[in-house]
Amino acid sequence: MSLDRADVEKIAHLARLALSESETERYALDLSNILGLVEAMGAVDTAGVTPMAHPLHMAQRLRADEPTEPDQRALFQSIAPLTEEGLYLVPRVIE
Amino acid sequence: MAWETVIGLEIHTQLATRSKIFSGAPTTFGAAPNTQACAIDLGLPGVLPVLNRQAVVLAVRFGRAIEAEIAERSIFARKNYFYPDLPKGYQISQYELPVVGRGRVTIVLDDGSLKTIGVTRAHLEEDAGKSLHEDFHGLTGIDLNRAGTPLLEIVSEPDMRSAKEAVAYARKIHQIVRWIGISDGNMQEGSFRVDANVSVRREGEARLGTRTELKNLNSFRFLEKAITFEVERQIELIEAGSRVVQETRLYDPERDETRSMRTKEEANDYRYFPDPDLLPLVLDTAFIEQAAADLPELPDAKRERFRTAYGHTEYDASLLTANRELADYFEAVAAAGGDAKLAANWVNGELAAALNRDGREMTESPVSAEMLGGLITRIRDNTISGKLAKQVFEAMWNGEGDADAVIAARGLKQLTDSGEIERIIDAIVAANPEQAAQYRSGKDKVFGFFVGQVMKASKGKANPQQVNELLKARLKP
Repeated sequence: MSLDRADVEKIAHLARLALSESETERYALDLSNILGLVEAMGAVDTAGVTPMAHPLHMAQRLRADEPTEPDQRALFQSIAPLTEEGLYLVPRVIE
Repeated sequence: MAWETVIGLEIHTQLATRSKIFSGAPTTFGAAPNTQACAIDLGLPGVLPVLNRQAVVLAVRFGRAIEAEIAERSIFARKNYFYPDLPKGYQISQYELPVVGRGRVTIVLDDGSLKTIGVTRAHLEEDAGKSLHEDFHGLTGIDLNRAGTPLLEIVSEPDMRSAKEAVAYARKIHQIVRWIGISDGNMQEGSFRVDANVSVRREGEARLGTRTELKNLNSFRFLEKAITFEVERQIELIEAGSRVVQETRLYDPERDETRSMRTKEEANDYRYFPDPDLLPLVLDTAFIEQAAADLPELPDAKRERFRTAYGHTEYDASLLTANRELADYFEAVAAAGGDAKLAANWVNGELAAALNRDGREMTESPVSAEMLGGLITRIRDNTISGKLAKQVFEAMWNGEGDADAVIAARGLKQLTDSGEIERIIDAIVAANPEQAAQYRSGKDKVFGFFVGQVMKASKGKANPQQVNELLKARLKP
């Protein structure tokens, strides 16, 4: 399986990445090679193997349900480009 | 041409935790914008999510309540999309391995029959923030207080065949989540949100039609109206030779119609993958059993018990188990008053009417279960008649004390002294010789006249049964 330019352009758009012409060409080739590697691994018999969800063989630790985070709005908003009445302002989005 | 409607619901219910699902920020409703959004909720670089134990416990409780399989191992995944109220660019959710698997609930249809609705799955996820589009001179304001609030998304099978069935199912889930205390279910505050997948097909057709997803259904009434509109729309489209387009539609309550949302070009291209920041959630039997240990008797079981143990009708039993506060209240009244049938009549009758009239919740009733039980005790021992009992109830509702206090203060004690009743009867009969003669000549209807006069003369306090007996004896030819 290989990816063509249109595939790469679509993936780049979904990830909001701007690629140049030459980058698009190069990524199409690189990504196709990665898919080739995955295909090669497909030859291995994995019947009875639980699909891996995480490389660490550990289980998720759980946190007690207690509010521990103080309000730091002023600090967080000091690096925001635009705020008003406590809100972060962004270019208008319409649903 | 006969059409069949097929509906499945996705319900997002906010879990009643004190802190967020992956951070220690509080979840209090109505706080000033962004004062409850910490570095994790904001998706700042270098932060790590840590899963809230209580969110898992509440999800497990729900799973048990709908007889679902609880996954011993479930996985958190990233659902990727760009929107300003989702700062990380992905929502942490569960995809292939949800914590709650296949379950089911039973709904009661209009004709009283029961129907089982399958629940496909329920998974844990985080909520997004809120976008405010007005008042910011062409910009959008973002409040991230809600970002990271724990949600349980409950996905049904496409088992419902009408708008009414969809509402019955949504109400059933709403009843359960509140009953077992995992969510406050407040629809106005967005703690319980329903999306409906709706399609139609010709009767007998095995394949499902193309579906649309309806959003913005923030009441059960809107849910029913939106589905009813959408079904009509789809049938008209197909009958006109056109096709239904798979899309998301918003319900507009003011116009009572659904409208297409501008379709996002990347719709449903979420590129889910396991979140490397979170390890698999592994639950052992001990954890699951402990989470489910304090589950209360569930509404369906309680309804069945009310029917068999108290002899209630299906209707009375359903009313009394509409919510847990009401069911608990009823049981306390029945215990205090010693008569389950009277207790049901009073709770479903006078009490329900008074609550409704004053717009109060069950927990805000000025008449406690003990007080209502006390009133029923006085009806049973003939201290007061059923008619005057309503007066006593009103007085208790208005804060005049318990039943005994009201009866004493207002002199409502029932007249059961037969000598006294006989004296009243004698006076009435003597004052109405014409009617007495009519009765004796066989005009039975006049009897009611005498009962009315005696009750009036006793100010409603005479025991009606005694009045009947004594009057009959007195008027005998």
